[in-house]
Amino acid sequence: MNKFFSLSRFWAMFTKEFIQAKRDRITFAMILGVPIIQLILFGYAINSDPHGLPTALVYTSNDPYTRAIVTALEVSDYYEFEYIGVSAKQADSLMIKGDVTFVVTIPSDLSARIQRKDKPSILVSADATDPAATSGAVTALMNLANEALSRVNGEEASLKLAQEQRLNIIVHRRYNPEGISQYNTVPGLLGVIMQMTMVLMTSLSLTREQERGTMENLLAMPANAAEIMLGKITPYLLLGAIQVTIILSAGKLLFGVPFVGSLTLLLLSTMVFVLALVLLGYFFSTIAKSQMQAMQLMILSFLPSILLSGFMFPFRGMPVWAQYIGEALPLTHFIRIIRAVMLKGAQLPQVAGELQVLFVFVILFALLALSRSKRTLD
Amino acid sequence: MSHTNAIDVQNLTKKFGANTVVNHISMQVKKGEIVGFLGPNGSGKTTSIRMMCGLLTPNEGSGTVLGYDLIKERLKIKREVGYMTQKFSFYDDLSIEENLAFVARLYHLRPLKEYVEATLKSLGLYSRRKQLAGALSGGWKQRLALAACTMHKPKLLLLDEPTAGVDPKARREFWDEIHEFAAEGMTVLVSTHYMDEAERCHRISYIAYGNMLAQGTVEQVIEGSGLQTLVVKGDTSAKLAKQLAEHSDIEQVAPFGATLHIVGKDTQKLRRAVSDICHGHTLSIEKGETTLEDVFIKFMSDSKDNMQ
Repeated sequence: MNKFFSLSRFWAMFTKEFIQAKRDRITFAMILGVPIIQLILFGYAINSDPHGLPTALVYTSNDPYTRAIVTALEVSDYYEFEYIGVSAKQADSLMIKGDVTFVVTIPSDLSARIQRKDKPSILVSADATDPAATSGAVTALMNLANEALSRVNGEEASLKLAQEQRLNIIVHRRYNPEGISQYNTVPGLLGVIMQMTMVLMTSLSLTREQERGTMENLLAMPANAAEIMLGKITPYLLLGAIQVTIILSAGKLLFGVPFVGSLTLLLLSTMVFVLALVLLGYFFSTIAKSQMQAMQLMILSFLPSILLSGFMFPFRGMPVWAQYIGEALPLTHFIRIIRAVMLKGAQLPQVAGELQVLFVFVILFALLALSRSKRTLD
Repeated sequence: MSHTNAIDVQNLTKKFGANTVVNHISMQVKKGEIVGFLGPNGSGKTTSIRMMCGLLTPNEGSGTVLGYDLIKERLKIKREVGYMTQKFSFYDDLSIEENLAFVARLYHLRPLKEYVEATLKSLGLYSRRKQLAGALSGGWKQRLALAACTMHKPKLLLLDEPTAGVDPKARREFWDEIHEFAAEGMTVLVSTHYMDEAERCHRISYIAYGNMLAQGTVEQVIEGSGLQTLVVKGDTSAKLAKQLAEHSDIEQVAPFGATLHIVGKDTQKLRRAVSDICHGHTLSIEKGETTLEDVFIKFMSDSKDNMQ
């Protein structure tokens, strides 16, 4: 036997580690699951040049030019007209809510101008809070509309179409005219950081008691599941409030992210979001048997949240199945709220829908956690 | 229903998977009694205690603790029972004072400050109250745990091997305290491995591999076992002890210094066996006292046979 390295001792260590790794089911699931999730998400779900973006059409006359432009935009696959014939005001509200990414406004004198050979123009407003999501569609815009008009005028006309007669497309990049990506990232980052820290902290809360052996004593004393749960999560709500303040101040001071909306509304929604997160974390801690497992559950929930919530990649660019998963994540809804409030100045009615969804998560996670909470050691 | 029994449980059974850890045990403990709960490791003592304080749900059986139904009135039981776990299970990262305040709040003890201060002073830890509980020695941890689980003046105190790893003096003081509690009317059920502790209890219950084997006072249990003991003094050796142990009428042979304790069912047969084997040796044979330990060792080896 070698003095410096014994194969048998190495083998002893190896078999022990292997058995332990095999026994720890959650870790094992992580080793298999994480790569699969990542491959599927990055491979299939994520698309940085999204198509089928929801668009609202504001127009007054249903002339052939308007129809041609709409058809051309739709054929391009970038635009999907979900709201046709809405008023300018309605369109504005739709964009603040994030229901549409584009508003195409066709002025009433379009056909008259074309026939007069006066320079015709249409207005395309793009929600530029996420510059990456809209840039592809905006680039495609110029060619599309002109081709469409040519077709209506006939092939010959198209060849003769002089520069000054071509359709002038005015593009408004709203909320973020310079296309600064930090404007989009920083508010989203607030959500991501909260998701990571809040879920992590609370997911350890019960497993720590279990690992230190204090759980038995705690359960022997007259505290019920709800008292234990609320008592454990409330400190983290306060910590969350501190974190929010830090991130928002940093966003404002370091990155100059505009803040056009209501601070009260933002803080209110953030606290609802944090409540959902700490309850989710607490739920994890009722499942996990060790702090290690709790951490892995946290990562397992964090991964889809960061990829499918619209934080990193445009939500609309994902296939429908991935959007459904995205809708089932609190972060998705929070990111919509915070972007709407911070960058677009959304008011309560415009984010009420998303806020309701966050409340549903709060109730759901609380019920899940309570149903898993043990009052006995059984 | 009369409430003279602090614990009155019938046929408690607990299974973990296919394993029956506690098998139909019944137990009555009168108010103000100190009952010792004895048995080898893994015999189901902790599981039984946990069932009695509402920490585990029995698979079978029923009963009352302090007059409350074991299954339906768990929360009421928890309020009036003090349970000291086998392993120190207060918070190492909280100070002594903070731990006590936590417990006092859970039990609605008001005024909080007075309760905590009084407890700290009676413990003699007032000057060290800011120290982290994790920094305490084993003996102090045990005293802190006892103080914490009796702060709310429970009617029933359940102690799970409270003196494991504690020095003899601290053990003595601990038992004095238990007797003081009992004198005040508290009922105490205490599990232990130590025979001297068993002898400080009013009654004992012996459990092995989930089965209740004997209950009663120490004298009753010894008498009930029907064991007789001879003390053999003189020219003994390990070889002789081994020969004696192999004899069918002799159940146990235990050397104590220069003497051998020989335990069996029948004194006459014992004497005959000893003289058969030991002829040629100069020995004095006297009748000895059968101890609790002898009885327990017999229980243990008998029940092990049943298990296999």
